[in-house]
Amino acid sequence: MSSHPHAPAQESAHNTHHAQSHGHEAAHGSFKSYMTGFVLAVILTAIPFWLVMADVLDSKALTAAIVMAFAAVQVVVHMVYFLHMNSKSEGGWTMLALIFTIVVVVIALSGSLWVMHHLNTNMMPMNPEMMKNMP
Amino acid sequence: MSENQAAVSAENPQFYLTEDHHPENSTMLGFWIYLMSDCLMFAVLFATYAVLGRNYAAGPAPADLFDLQLVAINTAMLLFSSITYGFAMLRMEKGDKAGTLAWLAITGLFGLAFLGIELYEFSHLIHEGAGPQRSAFLSAFFTLVGTHGLHVTFGCIWLVTLMAQVAKHGLIEPNRRRLMCLSMFWHFLDVIWIGVFSLVYLIGVIG
Repeated sequence: MSSHPHAPAQESAHNTHHAQSHGHEAAHGSFKSYMTGFVLAVILTAIPFWLVMADVLDSKALTAAIVMAFAAVQVVVHMVYFLHMNSKSEGGWTMLALIFTIVVVVIALSGSLWVMHHLNTNMMPMNPEMMKNMP
Repeated sequence: MSENQAAVSAENPQFYLTEDHHPENSTMLGFWIYLMSDCLMFAVLFATYAVLGRNYAAGPAPADLFDLQLVAINTAMLLFSSITYGFAMLRMEKGDKAGTLAWLAITGLFGLAFLGIELYEFSHLIHEGAGPQRSAFLSAFFTLVGTHGLHVTFGCIWLVTLMAQVAKHGLIEPNRRRLMCLSMFWHFLDVIWIGVFSLVYLIGVIG
């Protein structure tokens, strides 16, 4: 802009031309990247299913933690290899929207669990007799 | 004409852009923001399930109900449909209309297989008396998984619509843009399904 202070017509002509020939950005992966993502996704899906179906580990909490960890990694794999997320696409705005969404999702999920857990633990203890007379 | 315009602009200099400058095609960004809002909706449903998922009301628990083999097959269907959609996009890049349509058709078949298995599972659950009205756990389950299934249904309808568009008009620029939007939608649904099979099915069966 500053290099063409006296050429607004040229500027607008340039914009029109740009709008017509924008094409589509190179937001696609290659065959190789799709296959990499697919193989990773299959592995990251198969391991948690195997852990649960074959009942491999004794500790339930450990199995649950591993399942959630694999899910988190697989979400990242899908984002990178299938949705082609990177910090450059759309001038960084997709990444910003994603980060904002993740922050809200984390607050909503952890907040709900936290609040409802406290509500449950702070409830007045109840015996079955009281439960029966509940409105 | 351009001289005339230049003369007019020289008399009335303009200090703003009449047209916004989009560094890239902004439809993709808009659709991405829609997907993020959809993601927030699913987050609320996940939170609901996480809170209510253990309120069985003396009814059946996940370990009694869920058939993990069926869920594994379902997961495979959705994952296969994701990769075949990716192949359709690669064919589209090459300008191969027939190849794009073929891969889209395969994607649609995997999507329909997923929906068929899910509907079978739902009908099986309801038949066993584990319908959405049985307990808070089942209400949250049917809402979350049903909303995902509804998204896949709309994705399939969209897919068929786009196949008709591509068959009629070819791989023109608007169709390419639409196919890219559906691509994001389809892969996004696969991402949501990762959360569903991990949090609902696997963690549920662990107990």
